[in-house]
Amino acid sequence: MRTLENVLAPLCMVTMLAALALVFLIVPTEAEMGIVQRIFYFHVGSAWVTYACFFTVAGASAVYLWKRSPTADRLAYASAEVGVLFCTLLLITGPIWARPIWGVWWTWDPRLTMTVILWGIYVGYLMLRAFGGEDESVARWAAVLGIVGVVDIPILRVSVRLLSGIHPYVVGNEQSGGLADPWMQVGLGVSALALTLLAGWLIMLRARTERLAHEVAVLQRRLEMRAAAP
Amino acid sequence: MRAALVILRKDLRIEWRTKESLSSYGVLGVLLLVVFAFAHDPTPTEAPRLAPAVLWVTIVFTGMLGIQRAFAVEREQDCMAGLLGAPIDPAAVYLAKLVGTLLLLAAMQVVLVPLAIVLLRLDLGGALPGVVLVLVLGDLGFASLGTLFAAVAMRTRAREVLLPVLLLPLVVPVVIAGVKATQAALAGGLADGAEALRVLAVFDLVFTVAGWLLFQYVVQD
Repeated sequence: MRTLENVLAPLCMVTMLAALALVFLIVPTEAEMGIVQRIFYFHVGSAWVTYACFFTVAGASAVYLWKRSPTADRLAYASAEVGVLFCTLLLITGPIWARPIWGVWWTWDPRLTMTVILWGIYVGYLMLRAFGGEDESVARWAAVLGIVGVVDIPILRVSVRLLSGIHPYVVGNEQSGGLADPWMQVGLGVSALALTLLAGWLIMLRARTERLAHEVAVLQRRLEMRAAAP
Repeated sequence: MRAALVILRKDLRIEWRTKESLSSYGVLGVLLLVVFAFAHDPTPTEAPRLAPAVLWVTIVFTGMLGIQRAFAVEREQDCMAGLLGAPIDPAAVYLAKLVGTLLLLAAMQVVLVPLAIVLLRLDLGGALPGVVLVLVLGDLGFASLGTLFAAVAMRTRAREVLLPVLLLPLVVPVVIAGVKATQAALAGGLADGAEALRVLAVFDLVFTVAGWLLFQYVVQD
């Protein structure tokens, strides 16, 4: 695990620098939206990472309920935290772009509604972890929530579509906002890769600190027991 | 199945003798509705558009508190441990609590809906069967996840806050589809709300099954 971490960190730095260079130096400025469109490269990447994290939470949760492996539990917890981080980034970068382009910071478009609700679900997940304490039943409750959250995603998608929307389709070219220049697509790809590596690295770090915290707690308990014994 | 019936009968008997949930949450629901009604006193033309939102927000808020009751009665003297120690499937406990919550929600709505008609100046016309259908579907969806997470929240430190925080974002599809379908029903045809009704039906099916399957992981020790 440590070797993977040691490979991920420099790899993440290199791709992140490449993404920054591409986005700010090489990729041409979008004709209609101007300079603010460059935030897309990180916005779209964050969206992808957010969903990847939340699906990882569900997968790891299912494995935990099935096998009771503490590693799966820690992976779920770490992914939820990193997912909430990127979901927050998504909710910050979105309005920065929307204000000059749509004229408003926020609108109840299906995708925006969807994102803010997802954010709420997984902030709830983190609260459950925080308030539940450090025993095994919290891990089970969190796993149940992790699974229910992802099962809710497709139903949420359909239900928010009952509201009407204006969000552009960046990749599918179904509306304005498609990436015309090939460099734009390279920029999007590299920045998405950089954010994915960053998220993976953060998850590994977080899972490790969680494991260490658990070990410290176990040692502390043993120490207290020894001190209490005559 | 028989175990579920016994638990349900026990819960209903407790409720019948104390009348705690129904009276307290019923009154709360009425007050919420009154506050909403004078916060935005709708004209008769606005009412069909506005009333479903008011009705559903009231249902969700009172329901949130009502669902906690289902497990709060088991907390006293650690009844939950006894219930789970009994040689019955935990899924039976889930089923009993789900049906109990549904009955509580239905009883509250028997009061709330006529009141909404009066206070929000709704002209129901022939829309009543449609509205009832939407309410039943919405209640089941809300109660399916509510029962599951009430059992979770009950056993944490921050139970009063945690249940709404966990449940509200998860039941957003019920609220959106419930409001849209109620609007369609009031506008004269459930046909316009077919999509919303489908969302409600799928939500009910998926999360009743999910709750049934996952409840054992929530309560086991």
